[in-house]
Amino acid sequence: MSVLVFAIFALAACGGALAVVLSQNVVRMAFWLIISLSSVAGLFFLLNADFVGATQLLIYVGGTVVLLIFGVMLTAQGPYVNLKTNPAEVVISLAIGGVVFAMLVAAFSGVNWSANSERLTAEFGTATLQTPGYNQQGEGSTVRRIGGALSGLRTESLRDGRAIERPGYLLPFEIVSVHLLVVLVGASYLARAKRRSGGSEPGAGPTV
Amino acid sequence: MMLPMAATPTIVESLAGWLASWISSSPDAVRFVAAALHIGLLAAFFGLPAFAFIWAERKVSARIQDRLGPTHTGGRFGWLQSLADGIKLIQKEDLAPAAADRMLFRVSPYLVVIASFASFLFMPFSNGWVAVALDCGLFIGMAVLSLEVLGVVLAGYSSGSKWSLFGGMRETAQMVSYEVPLGLTAVIPVLICGTMNLNEICQMQSGWFTNWLVFHSPFTFVAFFVFFVVTLASNKRAPFDLAEAESELVGGFHTEYSGMRWSFFFLAEYASMFFVSGLGVLLFLGGWWTGIAPIDSALSEVLGGYPGRVLGLLVFLTKSSLLVVVQIWVRWTLPRLRIDQVMETCLKYLVPISCFLFIGSVMYPLVLLSALGRPTLLPVNSIGTRVPVLPPAAVPVTTPHDHPHDHSHPHDHNHGHGPGEHSHGPGGHSSLDRDPAEKPAAREVTLRGGR
Repeated sequence: MSVLVFAIFALAACGGALAVVLSQNVVRMAFWLIISLSSVAGLFFLLNADFVGATQLLIYVGGTVVLLIFGVMLTAQGPYVNLKTNPAEVVISLAIGGVVFAMLVAAFSGVNWSANSERLTAEFGTATLQTPGYNQQGEGSTVRRIGGALSGLRTESLRDGRAIERPGYLLPFEIVSVHLLVVLVGASYLARAKRRSGGSEPGAGPTV
Repeated sequence: MMLPMAATPTIVESLAGWLASWISSSPDAVRFVAAALHIGLLAAFFGLPAFAFIWAERKVSARIQDRLGPTHTGGRFGWLQSLADGIKLIQKEDLAPAAADRMLFRVSPYLVVIASFASFLFMPFSNGWVAVALDCGLFIGMAVLSLEVLGVVLAGYSSGSKWSLFGGMRETAQMVSYEVPLGLTAVIPVLICGTMNLNEICQMQSGWFTNWLVFHSPFTFVAFFVFFVVTLASNKRAPFDLAEAESELVGGFHTEYSGMRWSFFFLAEYASMFFVSGLGVLLFLGGWWTGIAPIDSALSEVLGGYPGRVLGLLVFLTKSSLLVVVQIWVRWTLPRLRIDQVMETCLKYLVPISCFLFIGSVMYPLVLLSALGRPTLLPVNSIGTRVPVLPPAAVPVTTPHDHPHDHSHPHDHNHGHGPGEHSHGPGGHSSLDRDPAEKPAAREVTLRGGR
């Protein structure tokens, strides 16, 4: 069952990504991006990474794509915006894509999967490996751990049952949040400056 | 759609057990049947409230405007009016304008319905009655609900009509702005309860209605109303229904739609009205608890189990429906704002207010602790009796790393909805419980103050 679900999500993710590349209408691209990113979120859910999946939905699908469409709507000259790629761009993107693909293939083939599978089966038993889709123990426990790690309390469970405290990710978290605040202030400053230089337009709001 | 098969611990599992003894087929098939039952139940909870509220909208609006509303269809009160509407809408021709982007035009109503329906997957209807029980239930529910805007904006864009485009743009601007106060006010119950699990948040509000989070502090009291206003806006309900604004934009984003596709938008709108009302009830208004402690204890202990939960479901549905009726009442009472007023309300008032409320509810227990010596105003434990946390020694360590073959209590997880259940294993939670145990006074404070 989980293999079937995985196949559906994986096909949708790859097909959506292909359609993003192949379609020329920007908004259709955004639509296919929705399909692709949501399917990736589905794959996260399949791996019991519920928090990551929800974040994927909220940030990428709900945030980025909406802003993308919004930007297209605000800036479009004609009714439907078409993107034409010139041959140089095709060559460059093919090269980059090929390099990334080669790296992935190299990494994938560098792992001895059967030996690892035997080792994991010997260590953890067959039950956890045979049911990859549904794992009661792992379910729902990611949020507290992620939250604890982000607030500086990372507990790591060792194989012999002991739990050791490790320093969490409070400093990177704070750096990122201050960075985002700077971006926010900068964006609002830029938006205000543009309006001032363009003259006073008190009625700019209601015309939207 | 695939989620219940992948990650449902509670009802799918128990239903699967029951079906296995009945048809004794392969476990995959049983799980599939159970998931299908779940989807069916959820679809009923998705569709039937929408039907009821469409009728209620007509009736309430008619009464507010001193009319009668539907009177004939289905008897004296016209309660079958929604069904008649549905039959009419199915028969209508499925039109698409020549200027439309056909594919997106056809697909976007489905996007709206899917987003609205998927959010129901994470809503507990009674204690433990949730299709997908997750620790981040609130977060994921709101994340999925916010995807509804995609369908609306794509519908507006692909219609090839300037009215639709304006509606879609307004909806996007409104949604993107109102997400901020929505998230800030929804985080306040989370920080009081220390969990994003909707089931746990609701369980912690048991007892007298003073335990409801809306009465927890003055800040949460205001936060509930801010939350309610913001959900009105995020559902594009009046006075924030700028996306459809029929007096200026013909029909806004759904100007060009007809028939079933048009009705999908409204099915999703009324269903998500119910969803956000349910969310408000779960977060602030005590969820499935009646708020009268003796009745609640009688429901949960004397009746126990299944009947108690059915009654809890009824309580929950009643509270949510009342909130939906308030939404309808607001719609037919207040005039529509202009778009700049909508944005101003959000950015100049609601965002600062919700930031203030957030900081206030963080500071409130600390100030009370230094002034009164306890983190709550009332001497009793006003955050509700939390399901007792097991002492660390008694917690069975059942991580897959330690005892891979320990399946002697497989149903512990199925029936466990208390917060103590998630402290299995050496996660961050159990270490939080373990640490203050050496100092009993500190432990008491952390439990009462909403750890």
